[in-house]
Amino acid sequence: MSEILVLVEHVEGQVKKVTLELLTLARKLGTPSAVWAGPGYSPDAKARLAEYGAETIYLADSADINDYVVAPKAELLAQLVSEKSPAAVLVAATAEAKEIAGRLAIKIDSGVLTDVVGLQDGLIADQSIFGGGVNVQSRVTKGTPIVAVRPNATPVEAAVGAGAEEQVSVTVSEAAKSARVVERVKEEKGARPELTEAAIVVSGGRGVGSAENFSIIEKLADSLGAAVGASRAATDAGWYPHQFQVGQTGKTVSPQLYIAAGISGAIQHRAGMQTAKTIIAINKDPEAPIFELADFGVVGDLHQVVPQLTDEVVKRK
Amino acid sequence: MNIVVCVKQVPDTATERKLRSDDKTLDRDAADGVINELCEYAVEEALRLKEAHGGEVTVLTMGPDKASDTIRKALAMGADKAVHLVDDALHGSDALGTSYALAQTLKKIGFDLVVLGSESTDARTGVLAAMLAERLGVPQLTFANKVEVNGSSIAIQRVTDYGYDRVEATLPAVVSVVEKINDPRYPSFKGIMAAKKKPVEKLGVADAEIDAAQVGLANSWSEVADFAVAPPRAAGTVVKDEGDGGVKTADYLASKKFV
Repeated sequence: MSEILVLVEHVEGQVKKVTLELLTLARKLGTPSAVWAGPGYSPDAKARLAEYGAETIYLADSADINDYVVAPKAELLAQLVSEKSPAAVLVAATAEAKEIAGRLAIKIDSGVLTDVVGLQDGLIADQSIFGGGVNVQSRVTKGTPIVAVRPNATPVEAAVGAGAEEQVSVTVSEAAKSARVVERVKEEKGARPELTEAAIVVSGGRGVGSAENFSIIEKLADSLGAAVGASRAATDAGWYPHQFQVGQTGKTVSPQLYIAAGISGAIQHRAGMQTAKTIIAINKDPEAPIFELADFGVVGDLHQVVPQLTDEVVKRK
Repeated sequence: MNIVVCVKQVPDTATERKLRSDDKTLDRDAADGVINELCEYAVEEALRLKEAHGGEVTVLTMGPDKASDTIRKALAMGADKAVHLVDDALHGSDALGTSYALAQTLKKIGFDLVVLGSESTDARTGVLAAMLAERLGVPQLTFANKVEVNGSSIAIQRVTDYGYDRVEATLPAVVSVVEKINDPRYPSFKGIMAAKKKPVEKLGVADAEIDAAQVGLANSWSEVADFAVAPPRAAGTVVKDEGDGGVKTADYLASKKFV
């Protein structure tokens, strides 16, 4: 079977769930190999990658790769593509990995598909465009297909692979070192999962009413192990940090469950969340367009409904 | 500082957006064309940089004749001049083809700084700025919510999932901006009138030294094989809260095995 390269997403040495999804997907199309770029590799990481099917783990763990914006990782993948001639390269459809994919596409003169939600035999990709309004099947017609797959699009299945490690020495070019990361600043968000890859997202909007009241949303999120999102109205009002904005000018999420509290469901917001598998809406206004999308809706005051829901979730655990 | 802002005309998201049944490209006639929202933030940031450091702001767009509306909007906000890359040969170009055509044009017109929105509301690939940096061989400073220029040095805050990275480079460079970066100005009446007199240079594929074999639908690196309008979501259950809305929601979550 032909080799499929999977770029590993990792944070503080931990392999992110989306990578396990990509390995699961890659197994259906060929033989998955994981590509670890940057520092932090550990026996735990190896075990995790092998558990989900990585036959080979390419290790390029030099710090150089991490110190510059995107370009060194694209160089690493380009080098591996030329050495291994894989059938495809899979990356997560995150902001950074899509940029890596874009630069790689130019380096190896190959097509790139972004925000893919499914991948069939022959590397036919399913995409959902225009905020979920149109389903597209597309394919790469030149070079080695590069595919950026959305988190939560693939159910993970374990299947042990050999996990054979292979060191890759990569010399980062001067050109790739032109944009240097001089500082990484973490903004506190507690232990909640990453918004774009969370299986459950609880979002608050204008109806939340104030920054303080967002604690209601956070408590529900924590009871479900969910990420917190916010509508543009809420981030514009300064009630919640901008990086949690879900929508056309913010993040796109495709969780298993999306709970929208106090969100009307304007186009801006819908564009970022309507591919969620299950949608729940809580809003005072029975005419709110969010109810058109909702699998289950409650017309009511979120300040009553959400705390009661949180209590129930905690009780039933 | 010679700043070029790349702007894109996109179908208004408030109207129905479609693909054409014949060649499976965006149906530009189905919806109203508007400036991509994040491009307005890019124009605003370019204008602020010019106001702080001097120089000139050029708007660059690639698109059909009607994309001139988008150029006018950017000129009315205060950009000095515009270049409109317009040629039938460009129709249907994918991200690789578009980045190639824009890079060729940028090499021709020259720049110290290229500013873009981080994403368009139609294709939403988020790759164009990275591709331009790769093709032009200049630093990539993308997803910026803050840009500072000091002489030939440039620094940004790059928005990440965990907060932000501070990134430094030397000009020339490519910058893409996120919505948080500023509040775009509304064109004044005076600005709108002045825009009518500002120079707009139209360039075709040959003028910009673009190899026609690298652009257009037939030469794209990927293709849409098929598409269909997504079936509408089945109507769900909506209940009125009568003091038990939270309990009912929990019941629903339990029925779907979320709790």
